[in-house]
Formats: sequence, C-alpha cells, structure tokens
Amino acid sequence: MTIGIRRFGVLAMAATLAIAACSSAATTPPAASSASSAAPAGGSFAAPACASGTITAVGSTALQPLVDAAGKAYVAACPAATVTVNGGGSGTGLTQVASGAANIGDSDVTAESKLATPDAATLVDHPVAKQGWIVVANKDVTGVTNLTTDQNKQIWTGAVTNWKQVGGPDLPIVLILRPTSSGTRATFKQIVLGGASEANGQALTEDSNGAVTTSVQATPGSISVIGFAYYQGTAKANLVGFQLDGVDATVANMASGVYKLNAVGHMYTKGQPTGLTKAFLDYMLSDAVQKGLIPAQFYAPVNP
Amino acid sequence: MAVVGEAAGLAGLHVRPALRDRLDLPRRVVFLAAASMVAIVFVLLGFIAWQGVQLFVQNGYPIGSVISTTWSPQDAPISFGVLPFVAGTIGVTGVAVLISAPLSIGLALFLSEVAPRWARAVVQPALEIFVGIPSVVWGWLGLTILVPFLRTNLNGLGFTLGFSWFAGSLVLSIMILPTITTITYDAFRAVPQDLRTGSLALGTTRWQTIRHILLPAARAGTLTAIVLGLTRAAGEALAVQMVIGNRPTMPTSLTQPMTTLTSQITLDMGNTVFGAPDNNVLWTMGLILLAISMIAVLLIRKLNRSGGRR
Repeated sequence: MTIGIRRFGVLAMAATLAIAACSSAATTPPAASSASSAAPAGGSFAAPACASGTITAVGSTALQPLVDAAGKAYVAACPAATVTVNGGGSGTGLTQVASGAANIGDSDVTAESKLATPDAATLVDHPVAKQGWIVVANKDVTGVTNLTTDQNKQIWTGAVTNWKQVGGPDLPIVLILRPTSSGTRATFKQIVLGGASEANGQALTEDSNGAVTTSVQATPGSISVIGFAYYQGTAKANLVGFQLDGVDATVANMASGVYKLNAVGHMYTKGQPTGLTKAFLDYMLSDAVQKGLIPAQFYAPVNP
Repeated sequence: MAVVGEAAGLAGLHVRPALRDRLDLPRRVVFLAAASMVAIVFVLLGFIAWQGVQLFVQNGYPIGSVISTTWSPQDAPISFGVLPFVAGTIGVTGVAVLISAPLSIGLALFLSEVAPRWARAVVQPALEIFVGIPSVVWGWLGLTILVPFLRTNLNGLGFTLGFSWFAGSLVLSIMILPTITTITYDAFRAVPQDLRTGSLALGTTRWQTIRHILLPAARAGTLTAIVLGLTRAAGEALAVQMVIGNRPTMPTSLTQPMTTLTSQITLDMGNTVFGAPDNNVLWTMGLILLAISMIAVLLIRKLNRSGGRR
C-alpha cells in the first residue's frame, strides 16, 4: 500500500511538472534571451526622466523583445523603478489593460479590432514602433528570390500548390499558418492577401514566431511568415527569405515605407498614463529607444 | 486528609477540558483542508460551465452553431464548429490507448507474475523516471525525431508531412504507458495469493492461471487504469500540439495532420480577448473537455463498484 501511495505521489509530481512545463512554454517568448544580449546599455543618449514604482506591460510576443529591452535599459538608469514585461499575446494584453490588471497592454493590432467598443474607448493608444514581417520558406526551395503580392495570394489561398508554378523546384507547397486570432496572420492577410481566406484545409498551424521558424526549417517545401526579429542569425542561414514585389525585406525599406508588410506596434493604457507608466512610455518615444534600441532589435522608429 | 485528597482527585475529572483540547485544532485543520478542496472544485466547475455557455448567452450564437465541422472564427460566414476538435481529441486518444494498453498490461503482468526480483528492481525505477519526463520533452522528441522519421522513411505510406494523427497517438501512448502500467500492476498485486496457489495446485500452467484467474479478478482495476490513461491523454496539450500539425478540419487519415480541443485552446487563448466570441468558444471547448473527463470519472466509479461485487 505504501508503495502504491509513493507511486501515486510520483505520478502527481509528474503531472505538476507537466503543467509547469506547459505554462512556462506558453508564456516564454522565443526571442527573450537574444533580446537582452542585443540591447545597448544606454549609450550616448540622454538619460531618461526617472520615476519610481512598479508597472507591468503584458501582451504581443512580436513587440515583447523591444519592450523587454527598453524595460531593462530604463530600470538600469532608474533603479527606483521596476518594469515587468510579459508576453501572452495581443489579446491578453488588451484584456488585461482594459480590466486594469496591467498598466500597459502591448498589441500588434488596434484595440478597436479586438475589443468591444465601450472597452476600446477607455484605452489610449501609444504607437511605439514599426514592426516588419518576412515571407520565408524551407532551404530546399531554390531558384525563387521574389514573390509578388499576386503570387502570395495564389499560394496562400491554395490556387498554386507546387513551387514549380512560381519558378521553383517540383515540390508541393506546405503552408504553415498562425492561428486565426494571431496579429501576424491578421496583418499579412490584410496587407498581402487583401482579405482573402487562407487555405486552412491544406495547412499546418503553429502558435508562435519561434515555433513557425523551427517548423519551416524542418518541413520540406514549407512557407510561412515571421517577424524581422526572428529572421536573424542561424534562422536566417537556414531559411529562404523572399522579397515582396521585388523589395528586400529590410529595416531600412520598412522605415522608408517601400516594404509594405509592416504594422505599427501599439502600447495601450487605460486612460491617460501617469507616474512611472507615463515616464516609461515617454522613454519608449525618446531617442534612446527610437534611435538606439529599435534598430538594434530590428524594428523601425514609429515617426520616420 | 486522604478522603479530601481523593475528593479533590475526583473533582479534577469533572474540570472542563482545556481550551486547546476543546478546539481540537488538528481535526478542524484537516476538515478545513478537505472543505476548501471541495469548494475549489465546485467554484472551478461553476466558472468553466458559466464561461462555457457565454457563447450562447452573451454572444447570442445558437447552440447548434458549434455542432458543425467548419471552423472559421474570423472569415465570413463565421462558424464556430467544434466537431473537428472533438473528433480529433477522441481519435488521437483512442488510437493512443489501442497502442498503449496491450503493452502496459503485458508489462504489468511481467512485473507482477513473471519478473524475478532483480528485474523488478530495474524496471520499476525505470518506469518512475518515465513518469517524471515532462510532456514538453516528449513533444520535442516527437518533433525532432518522430516527425522527420515518418516523413522521410514512411513517405510512401502517406506520411507526406510527418505531422500526423499517428505521430500524436504514438507520443501520447508512450506518455500514458506508465500510468496504465502502474495502476494495472497494483490491481494484479491486490489479487489474493491464495487464488494463484489454489489455481496452480489444480495443475494449471502459469499462463492458464493468468488467463482464467488473474485477469478476470483484476478486470475492474485494469479497466480503471485504461480509463485513467484515456483522461490523461485527452487532457494533454503541449506534446500533442507539437506533432499533429493543428489542421482545423475533420480528421481524415492517420497519416495526415489533425487537431484537438486542447491544442486549439492553447493556440488561440493568447490572441483572443476575454468576452469576445472567439474567446468564449474556447471556454465552450474547455467545458466539452471537462464533460469528457467527468464521464470517464463516472465510468471509473461504476467499474470499481461492479468490480467490488465480483
């Protein structure tokens, strides 16, 4: 009997471990570690106006590397402040800021597109950066360097199903989508697909930039869309990145506006910000972030 | 003096017990622990049930709208059909148990009836380590080893992508193997030794004893183990999500991608906002998942009662 109980104890412990593993995997941003290493430490920019206290910013994982780096840099300059940055997704960010659980909600999309009007009306939008996405494919897709908007439409709606139809090898195209609720998917659908529906029935779905990057590297003939911050280092070497309508997917082209697959990253507050929240948002728009951190993290300044 | 002393002693018996004893703290503490556990369960059940019906109450979708095979929460015509996810959960779990149950029962039989002491001393700790491996590791192994293996080596069988129903079931079957094995093993050990010796004394072989005495006597325990394995598999999210490809259509083939309730909930929960229809439908899925595991729990209780009568 005691042996039985002991074993059940182990089972229960394993279940707890599994739950812990689940939740940590779901909330940890794939690029968090790379974010901190790329952050310049203040540099030659003016010191931020310091405020004290504790604030929390929650939401978009696409924007998280930037907010995380800015939070670290701000706290380094202002030791009396604590800035906690979490992921969870744009929807979580908007929900939490609207309910007052977080001071700042990060989102790839506008509050109006997600929240009901009365909730969205209480939120104040602070656009902080431009973020870009690139269409990528598995390394075995050779001979294709550019996809036009029309070709993308045909590929993503399932009208074109083989790479040879767009000048590549004789290889079936495997679409890797984000969930329908994803900000990345919504942005790509609006800007490139013109609102056309993706071919769900032939696709795989992965839930984060990191998971998509891994899957595209591993799956022959696959195509997907990832944030600029994720198309770096080994991922860049192991993927094929496409031009869009002949324009290179670079931060410079996004900043000048010729590369169209980009969107503004938003930080929302409930009502006008005060205290540390205001000081931190001012810091996000200061030169230290807009000219220092933002290029280092592969974003573009919100006001060119 | 002696009389007085005795009277004083007797009077002592009638002194009210000390406050500490009257409070009987340990009893109250354990009662409170049990009561709060029950309360938490009911609050959670109530919350999930309440959230689970908000799609119909708050957002005004008819109940029939979820009984559909079309999942299109953003594109018109909007449809919240959850049947692909329910079918996926049942399908991936069912196949996992079909793979795992015979293996687990065989392993439990070996441990309980056949294995020499030293073999048991090796296999049991190995099983316990097995249980301790987190699900994300199983999923990762599945993603890095199983999926590419299926795609390259069994492409001819139809595994065009590797991500598939079969991959999900295989990963799950390994994860639930220790659960089914340990509980079945306990059921076998609980069969009285007299039954075995009595049977052997009649001249039966070991296999005949197992087949005709042990397995029928431990039937309820074995079935309980399988149902527990089923619920564990149905509730698993991460490892399955990593290898099944998450295609929100009805499952068609063991070799093709599919999706499950748990995996769709984790995919969509971070990107939807509380109270919106596409978030409320996730709660509805959670409610369905809860209903599945409650049916399993009822089944276990029924099995144990009928097992007790035998």
